[in-house]
Amino acid sequence: MSDLTRKTAAELADALAAGETTSVEITQVHLDRIAAVDGDATAGVHAFLHVDVEGALEQARASDERRAAGRPLHLLDGVPIAVKDVLTTQGLPTTCGSRILEGWVPPYDATVVTKVKAAGLPILGKTNMDEFAMGSSTEHSAYGPTRNPWDQTRIPGGSGGGSAAAVASYEAPLALGTDTGGSIRQPGAVTGTVGVKPTYGGVSRYGLVALANSLDQVGPVTRTVLDSALLHELIGGHDPLDSTSVDQPVGGLVDAARQGATGDLAGLKVGVIKELAGDGWQPGVMARFQETVELLTELGAAVTEISCPTFVHSLATYYLILPAECSSNLAKFDAMRYGLRVVPDGDPSAEAVMKATRDAGFGDEVKRRIMIGTYALSSGYYDAYYGQAQKVRTLIARDFTAAFEQVDVLVSPTSPTTAFPIGEKVDDPLAMYLQDLATIPANLAGVPGISVPAGLAEEDGLPVGFQVLAPALADDRLYRVGAAVEAALTSRWGGHLLEKAPVLEGVVR
Amino acid sequence: MPEISRDEVAHLADLARIDLDDAELDHLAPQLNVILESVASIRGVAGDDVPPTSHPIPLTNVFREDVITPSLTPEQALSGAPEAEDGRFRVPRILGDEQ
Amino acid sequence: MTETLIPFDEVIEKFDPALGLEVHVELNTNTKMFCGCPTEFGAEPNTQVCPTCLGLPGAMPVVNGKAVESAIRIGLAMNCEIAEWCRFARKNYFYPDMPKNFQTSQYDEPIAFEGYLDVDIQTAAGETETYRVEIERAHMEEDTGKSLHVGGSDGRIHGAEYSLVDYNRAGIPLIEIVTKPILGTGDKAPLVAKAYVAALREILLGLGVSDVRMEQGSMRCDVNLSLAPKGSGVLGTRTETKNVNSLRSVERAVRYEMSRHAGVLLGGGAVLQETRHFHEDNGTTSPGRVKSDAEDYRYFPEPDLVPVAPSREWVEELRSTLPEPPAVRRARLQKEWGFSDLEMRDTVGAGALDLVEQTIAAGASPQAARKWWLAELSRRANDMGVDLSAVGVTPEQVAAVQALVDSGKINDKLARQVFDGLVAGEGTPEEIVAARGLEIVSDEGALSAAVDKAIADNPDVADKIRDGKVAAAGALIGAVMKEMRGQADAGRVRELILEKLG
Ligand SMILES: [Zn+2]
Repeated sequence: MSDLTRKTAAELADALAAGETTSVEITQVHLDRIAAVDGDATAGVHAFLHVDVEGALEQARASDERRAAGRPLHLLDGVPIAVKDVLTTQGLPTTCGSRILEGWVPPYDATVVTKVKAAGLPILGKTNMDEFAMGSSTEHSAYGPTRNPWDQTRIPGGSGGGSAAAVASYEAPLALGTDTGGSIRQPGAVTGTVGVKPTYGGVSRYGLVALANSLDQVGPVTRTVLDSALLHELIGGHDPLDSTSVDQPVGGLVDAARQGATGDLAGLKVGVIKELAGDGWQPGVMARFQETVELLTELGAAVTEISCPTFVHSLATYYLILPAECSSNLAKFDAMRYGLRVVPDGDPSAEAVMKATRDAGFGDEVKRRIMIGTYALSSGYYDAYYGQAQKVRTLIARDFTAAFEQVDVLVSPTSPTTAFPIGEKVDDPLAMYLQDLATIPANLAGVPGISVPAGLAEEDGLPVGFQVLAPALADDRLYRVGAAVEAALTSRWGGHLLEKAPVLEGVVR
Repeated sequence: MPEISRDEVAHLADLARIDLDDAELDHLAPQLNVILESVASIRGVAGDDVPPTSHPIPLTNVFREDVITPSLTPEQALSGAPEAEDGRFRVPRILGDEQ
Repeated sequence: MTETLIPFDEVIEKFDPALGLEVHVELNTNTKMFCGCPTEFGAEPNTQVCPTCLGLPGAMPVVNGKAVESAIRIGLAMNCEIAEWCRFARKNYFYPDMPKNFQTSQYDEPIAFEGYLDVDIQTAAGETETYRVEIERAHMEEDTGKSLHVGGSDGRIHGAEYSLVDYNRAGIPLIEIVTKPILGTGDKAPLVAKAYVAALREILLGLGVSDVRMEQGSMRCDVNLSLAPKGSGVLGTRTETKNVNSLRSVERAVRYEMSRHAGVLLGGGAVLQETRHFHEDNGTTSPGRVKSDAEDYRYFPEPDLVPVAPSREWVEELRSTLPEPPAVRRARLQKEWGFSDLEMRDTVGAGALDLVEQTIAAGASPQAARKWWLAELSRRANDMGVDLSAVGVTPEQVAAVQALVDSGKINDKLARQVFDGLVAGEGTPEEIVAARGLEIVSDEGALSAAVDKAIADNPDVADKIRDGKVAAAGALIGAVMKEMRGQADAGRVRELILEKLG
C-alpha cells in the first residue's frame, strides 16, 4: 500500500478497520520517518525530545491483538500519536522543554494521556516546545529549536512547534498540543496544519504542567479538520480531577466536520474582527485571509465586519495574567522533590540550592516572565497590574459576547506573519509576543478557536493560517466552518497544502 | 509607569528565588522595563465598576466526596527525589524558622 | 539571652494587654483538603501522598466537600456569618516542606467571618465572669509537610546539617480561626486566652470535626500579645508566639510575654514585631523571625479552583445539625442530673461529661454514673496515662455494672474487680462476674456459719454488740466479708449479726 505516513488518521483508522494494514506497520513507518528526518538539536526537524520506540511498538502489537480478536477500543485504536512534552506520561520523560526537569519521569499520566492510552493509540514520543510553553517559536526549548519543515531555517511556531512540525513532516498523523495564548493555533498556521484550542474546561488539564491555569487548554494538532474532530472527541469531556472542567459531554464535532466538508455554509453569519488587521500584518497573510473570507461568502455565509474594541488591550492583559500565574506555578521547581538540583560550593542552605538551581535550570524567557509576574502580584502593584488585567479580561469577554449576539463565528488571520527566521526575535520579547496578537483573545475569554491552512503568502511562499472563533461550548461550529474552508481550498489547490511543502531530506545522524 | 531599577530587579529575583548574577541583571533589567512599559498600557482601561474575571467559564461549588483514593507508593513518591533517606526527601539545611 | 521580667501585678498596674489568638485546627476528614489521600496520623513517611499533595508538575486540586461543610459548621458554631461567595487564594512563599511553594488558603474572602464566642473564667473568689471574644474570621487552608532536622543539636532547625521531609501531612485540611483584638481583660488576660482555647476546643469536639489533640498538633495556637500604657486606648507593638500546644501553655505564654513586654517598655526599649517560640520546659519564649514589611505573599485567587458559593439552604441545613452549645448543654445537664456546681465542674474537668451522659442514658442513676467515672475510672485512666474515654470501659458497661450492684448480685467492692476484668478485656460484666466467681453468696447456711465464726473469733466485739453498741457491728461485718472474700451482701451480714446477738 502507498506511503502510510501520508494518510490522515481517519484514513488509517479505515485501513485498520478494513484489515488492510496493522498498527505495528503504521507505527513502524512513523518511527522510521522520525529516524529519517527528525535529526537532533543541530539538524533536522527536531520535533521530538523523546521517542519511545519500544513502548509504541508494544502498544501497537497490543492494538493489533485486540483488533484481531474483534475488540478494538476505539475508532482510532492503533493509530499512533505524538504528545507535547508538557503533558505528564507515566514512565516516559516529561521535561516541558526545560533543563530544570531534565530526566524527570512522572509517576502518573495526564488525563488526556490516560484517555489516549485507553483508546489504544500508541504513543510515539514527546514533542519539543518552548520552555514551559513560553514562546511562539520553540526556540526557547532548552534542548534546541524545532525547525519548520517548510524551511528549516525558520521557526515552526510555538510553543507547540514540536507537535505541529511532527504532523507537518509526516512523523505522526496526530499530536496533542496545549494552547495558552495560541500555542496550538499559531504553530498550525505557520506549518500548514490544523490546530484547535477547545473551549476552556472542555478538555481536562489534569497532568498538563500549568503555564497559566486560567488560560491553558489541551487540544488536537493534525493535518485535517476531521482528524482534529476525532481526536477532540476522544480527549474531551468532564474530568473530576480538574475542578475547572465543564460537566458536559463532548460530542457532535465529527458530525459537524463531515457536514462542513459538504461545503454548504448557507445561513451562517460570519464576523471579521476589525481590530485584528492593519499595520504590522504581513500583506501575504492579509491577502490569503481576504480570499478565504470571500470563499465563505461563496459557500453561502453572510459576512460582516465586527468591532471588538478592547481586543487591542489583549496582549497587555495576557502578559500580566500569564506571568502572574506562571510565577506561582513554577515556584514548585525548587530542587527539593524532583528535577535538577544544583549545589553551589561550600555548605549551601536549601535556599541557596533553590536559587542556584532556578538560575541554572530556567532559560531567559522563563526568568523574564517569573520576574514580571512576581512584580505584578507584589503588594502595592497588584491593583494596578494583575487586578486591572482581570478587569480588562472582563471587557474582552464582553466584546466576544456582544459579537456573538450578531454572528455565529468570528474570523481573523491566525498569526500576523508567516514563519520568521530562527534567531530573528529571540532577544526581542515584545516582537515575539506580537505573534499571538490574534490568538490571545480567545484564551482570555475561554472561547474555542481553530486554525486551518489558508494557502501560501506570495512574498515568501510560506503557509498562512485562517482562524475561526466560536462561542464557549460551541466548538462544533469551528469544525463545520473549518471543514468547509478546508474542503473548498483543498479542491482549489488540487490537494492538501502540505503537498506543496519541500520534500524533506533524510538527516544523517 | 515607574521605571524598575536594577535593585528592584534584584529584589524580585530574590523573591522568586533566582540567583541572578550581575551580567544577567544587566541583560534582563532593560528587557523587563520594556515589557512593563508595554503592559502598563492597560492602566485605566477598565473602570472601578468592571468586575474582575479570574475564570473564563464561571463555575461554582465543584467538590469531591470525602473518599480515599489510592496514594502513590513511597517508591513512586520518591522516584524523582534528588536525594532521599529513610523514606523521606533529603534536602539541604533549611534557613529561617520552624514553620 | 536575659530578659527583664516585670512582676505580673506591676504589669497590670501600668499596662493594658491586648490579646489575639490564631488557632489552626486540623479537620478529621477521611481525605485531604484537595486530594483523596488519607489523613491518618502516624503513617510511614510519604505513604499518604499523591501527585496533587506532593506538588508534582501537572497535578490539580479538587476541594473536599466535607471539609467545606466542616468549615461552615465551625463558622456557625462560632456565631459567624457564612460567605455567600468566596474563593481560595495562593499564598506564595518558598519553604521546603511546602510542596508547591505556595499554600492554598483563603485571603480576603474567608468562608466565615464576624462571629463571637462567650467564654467563662473562674475568679479567685470562685465567681464566674464571662468575656465575649469576637471572631474576625475562619478560613480554609492546607497543612504543610513535616521536616526532621538531622545533625546539630537536639533535632532543632538551627545548626542542623540537613533535613528529611515527609509530606504525609501536606494538604491535610486546616481551619484557621482568628480573633479580633481582645481588649479589657486586664489581669485576666492569661485566663481568658486559656478559656477561649478551651471553649473553642470543646465546641470543635462537640461538632465532631476534629480530634483537637493539641499534643499531636491537630490544634495549634498562635498567641498575639501587645501592651499599651494603662488607659491610653492605643494598641502596642505585638509579638506572635507560635505553636503553643497546650491549654496551660497558652496561659503561661501570655503571662510570660506580658512580663517580658513590660520589661522592654519600662526599660525604655521598643517591642520588636516578631514571631516568638514558646518553650514548654521553662515557660519562656525566644525570638524567631522578625516580621518585615518586605514579607510579600503575593496572594491571588487560585486559578485551578472555582469559587465556593454555599447556598443559604445548605447553610441553614447545616445550622440545624449543630449540637447544643456546650455552655447551654452543661447548664441543662446539671439541672437534669441534680449535680452541685462542684460536682458538675469536676465532671467537666475530668472530661467525663459525655461519658456520664451516655452512662445515664444506658440506665444508671446520675450519682452512680458520676461516682464510677470520677472516682474509680479516672484513677485508672490516670494510672494508665490515657484519656478517660480510652480507659477501656464503655458507658454501657458502667451502666451494666451498676445494674448488677442495684440487683444485689455484686457490691461496690466486687464491682471494682469487674472493672479490672473489663479493662483486661475478659468479656461482659456478667461474664466476668461468672468467670471470676464474684457473685455475692446468698447461701444463708454459708453466711450463717461465717457469722458464727466471726462471733466466736471476736468475743469482745460480740459482747459490745450484745450490750447495745450496734456501731461495733462494723468490725464483725469486716471479718465476715474477709472470710467470704468480699462476696457477701454487707447489708444481709449486718442483719444476721444483729439477729444472732440481739
Ligand atoms: Zn494527595
